[in-house]
Amino acid sequence: MASDPNNVLSLEHITKTFPNGAPVISDVSLTVKRGEVVSIVGPSGCGKSTLLRIAARLEPQTTGACTVDTHGIGYVFQDPTLLPWRSVRANVALLAELQHLEGTMMQTRVDEAIALVGLQDHQDKYPRQLSGGMRMRVSLARSLVLRPQLFLFDEPFSALDEINRQRLNDELLRLFEHQQFGVLFVTHSVTEAVYLSSKIHVMSARPGVISRTIEIPFGYPREADLRFDSSFGQHALEVSHALRETES
Amino acid sequence: MSKKTLRIGRVISPIVTFGLVLSIWYFISYVVMNANRRSVALPAPHDVLRQGFFTWQHNRGIQPIVRAMLVTGRVAIVGLLIATILGLLIAIVMNFAKPLEWSLYPYAVIVQTLPILALVPIIKIWFGANLTSRTVACVLVAIFPIITNALFGLQSTDRSLHELFSLHKASKFTRLRKLEFPSALPAIFIGLRIAAGGSVIGAIVGDFFFRQGAIGIGRLIDNYQKEGRTTELFAAAIVSSLFGVAIFIGFGFLSKVAIRHWHDSATQVP
Ligand SMILES: Nc1ncnc2c1ncn2[C@@H]1O[C@H](COP(=O)(O)OP(=O)(O)OP(=O)(O)O)[C@@H](O)[C@H]1O
Ligand SMILES: [Mg+2]
Repeated sequence: MASDPNNVLSLEHITKTFPNGAPVISDVSLTVKRGEVVSIVGPSGCGKSTLLRIAARLEPQTTGACTVDTHGIGYVFQDPTLLPWRSVRANVALLAELQHLEGTMMQTRVDEAIALVGLQDHQDKYPRQLSGGMRMRVSLARSLVLRPQLFLFDEPFSALDEINRQRLNDELLRLFEHQQFGVLFVTHSVTEAVYLSSKIHVMSARPGVISRTIEIPFGYPREADLRFDSSFGQHALEVSHALRETES
Repeated sequence: MSKKTLRIGRVISPIVTFGLVLSIWYFISYVVMNANRRSVALPAPHDVLRQGFFTWQHNRGIQPIVRAMLVTGRVAIVGLLIATILGLLIAIVMNFAKPLEWSLYPYAVIVQTLPILALVPIIKIWFGANLTSRTVACVLVAIFPIITNALFGLQSTDRSLHELFSLHKASKFTRLRKLEFPSALPAIFIGLRIAAGGSVIGAIVGDFFFRQGAIGIGRLIDNYQKEGRTTELFAAAIVSSLFGVAIFIGFGFLSKVAIRHWHDSATQVP
């Protein structure tokens, strides 16, 4: 499994027990390849965020192996986590600064990332002047500057209204189709998961294990109308059932 | 209420208060007191203006008051500056590692709770009764609010932002410079404003007790009280409080400029 050269993330038999108690994650294995969107859905508290944090090496696993190149990770949190004292442009440049990219190369990449998320006209605004959707785009652009091979998303659009969420889903797909990074996407929305993913892992809680894995056979690029396709509904139903089973 | 009435209200209300205070003042000095008592205890506002502010002589009226205020003001500002630099450094050191915080914080609290009056004799023994001592007294009064507010600000930096910096392996110094310090700025400015008030009081108390060297406003007030120069005593008190207000407003303005783009407090009137 780990030997596949296309893997940008490989988790093998990961378990996690916090010092204070019961195991949170038990024997989870998954891989993400370039050009693949893998989603995780599951009840609250089943360890999804913890798994992402392990994948990003923000948290050590108790046992198991995690193979990832941390230089190539874009991590998008539930909140946009922007620096309120920096303009849009300066926020987009932040990670590049932390990774010591410099000079004209950094400027071109910042320009490119801002253009990719369509914020050219808002570069000099401050986060408090932006809508929730625009803030999320800044957060995305900030990681895009690093041209990551792997994007980790932790319920990134859950604070947005439905229209904005769908719009950002579409934009994310365009970026993905264009750049072919690998994606590990945590969400509570079944439609979002089916719409974006090539594979969905359904997790159940206490301890967190992958209880079902569902392949989504639609290819990329995907059109927005896919959401109203009858086979789309079939897959959404399957995922919903699998989710419901985790709770019984 | 419309925006305009609100704005007018903001200007009018304090003026109304001012007029009310003046009337009470006049009432007490003219109705409650006789002429003798008035000149000693509560001279009328126009007498304070005439003798305290509009008398221009080397040793009478506004001249000695301004001279003394400059001495005290300089002590207060230098003291505040030193307290700010030291206080920020101490807060940064405490923020660096918990054990450092645990070992330093109790002593910061002790410095704060020690009455300045108890420290004055010790300062006098160590530094003599000069401007240095007055500045030291100022620093001791002003440093605690700076330390606590800066430390609070540094430590309340958003957790996910910290994770973002960890993810990209930012050094402690980068973290401080690009994340913790800017996010602590609003709290630091609150600390600065409190400290500014404290340092003015520290300077006045200082020159009141170290009765040597250039005469500061504290000592001048004391002299006037002893000499029965009540109108000038009032003028001196008013000038020193105006100085405090000016510093307060100055820092309010500074903080507004520094964080105007991003912090909610910056859009409100101080
Ligand atoms: N640092 C920690 N120490 C102890 N327990 C923790 C810690 N972090 C998370 N947990 C526990 O681990 C479990 C999983 O948490 P996690 O945040 O990964 O869940 P989640 O699936 O992301 O939930 P949600 O959908 O609500 O975001 C929870 O029961 C939580 O209380
Ligand atoms: Mg979570």
